[in-house]
Amino acid sequence: MVKMERGRVWDYFLGPLAYVVLSVAIYMVFVVAPEEKMMGVVQKIFYFHVSAAWVAFLAFFVVFVGSIMFLIKRDYFWDGISLASAEIGVVFTTIVITTGPIWAKTVWNAWWTWDPKLTTAIIMWFIYLAYVVLRLAAGEEEKTARFAAIFGIIGFLDVPLVFAAGRWWQKTFHPIVFNNPSGGLDPAMKPAFFISLFAFTILYIYLLVKSTRINLMQRELNRLKDMVKEKIYG
Amino acid sequence: MTFFRKALAIVEKDIKAEFHSKEMLSVMLVFALIMLVIFNFAFDVKKQIVNDIFPGIIWITFFFSGLLGLNRSFFIEKNQDCLLGLMLAPVDRSVIFLGKMLSNFVFLLIIEILTLPLFFIFLNIPVPQKFGFFLIILFFGSLGFVAIGTFLAALAANTRASDILLPVLLFPVLIPVILGSVAATKGVFFNLPFSEWSIWLKILGVYDLLFIVVPLMLFEILLEV
Repeated sequence: MVKMERGRVWDYFLGPLAYVVLSVAIYMVFVVAPEEKMMGVVQKIFYFHVSAAWVAFLAFFVVFVGSIMFLIKRDYFWDGISLASAEIGVVFTTIVITTGPIWAKTVWNAWWTWDPKLTTAIIMWFIYLAYVVLRLAAGEEEKTARFAAIFGIIGFLDVPLVFAAGRWWQKTFHPIVFNNPSGGLDPAMKPAFFISLFAFTILYIYLLVKSTRINLMQRELNRLKDMVKEKIYG
Repeated sequence: MTFFRKALAIVEKDIKAEFHSKEMLSVMLVFALIMLVIFNFAFDVKKQIVNDIFPGIIWITFFFSGLLGLNRSFFIEKNQDCLLGLMLAPVDRSVIFLGKMLSNFVFLLIIEILTLPLFFIFLNIPVPQKFGFFLIILFFGSLGFVAIGTFLAALAANTRASDILLPVLLFPVLIPVILGSVAATKGVFFNLPFSEWSIWLKILGVYDLLFIVVPLMLFEILLEV
């Protein structure tokens, strides 16, 4: 209970902060940052695409750390964080793999290419979707947390290998024909880029705090329900 | 008994039990053969394209029929609480993992050896010059598959959804093995120089090592009561 009350202060601070920085980021991206000469307005997806990818990766790293911590400490606080972070990560990965094709269709004239970064993104999406499905199917609460933690570790260890394999796959069978778009970012675009990166990170932390609290409350509620049931029937 | 000998005892038990009923092996074998026929019609395999698609065909067949075996391997142990018996044996839990992994590996290799000649016959593929390399790839690819597969099968078997959960958990994590095996096999069938595809053997090696060691460490936690 103490943990919950202390955490609440963060809500009052993080919520408005996320709102403000996101507004600033949108302003920077659409008004301040110059339009790209070749790609035009569609290049502006880049700011949100890369920020979402960063948040997704950060979120899955948090799942990894939370999973290890849960297996060591057996404190459901860490399980709550892992679940929250996995769900947020899936949402942001969805943003990555939907904004990617919109950008690619205009610039490369192809919805999807099996570029190693995109490949890694979509495989991560599948892995953490499996993580969520596993939680739904596991059974008892203790088992759910334990199995999810195990899969959270396995899944994250797999990501670098997926990236390496994806890169070599492209090198062997599909030599790179496009220039790397994220390569030379014009200095005038940098402020907008870093602010949107920052804004997405704040949004992630805010969602993480909220969602973790909901998970812990859910657990508390289930415990109380069981207690009441025991009082009535037991 | 040493760690490895204990694991071999489990392998011996599994193989004896399987050769009594031959249930699983026969199903896996028939499944692999029907896949061969299905692929032939689905892709209308012709001489010009056979080298391009053969590596994919053969690995999908092996992984899918291997999946049948994996689902089975812990399902039979759940039956009549055999798993509890294994857990009560005075051995490390990781021994159970190693034993189960090795017996799955043996079963998969049996299926591969039995079906491989038929693939060459029915799809009219000339045997590649460096056939020995192909056997090495077969070994490492199958090892990676059974390593992570056995571990996730044990995990899935202990959930409510049990066997339907395994493919969803397994295949995303298996992507590096699928890419590695298929790409290396392509290298052999197109007779490319070793240096051009040796990287895939390295990726398979790293994957195999990682996903044998990590499950060995985590299996204790998985089977906690």
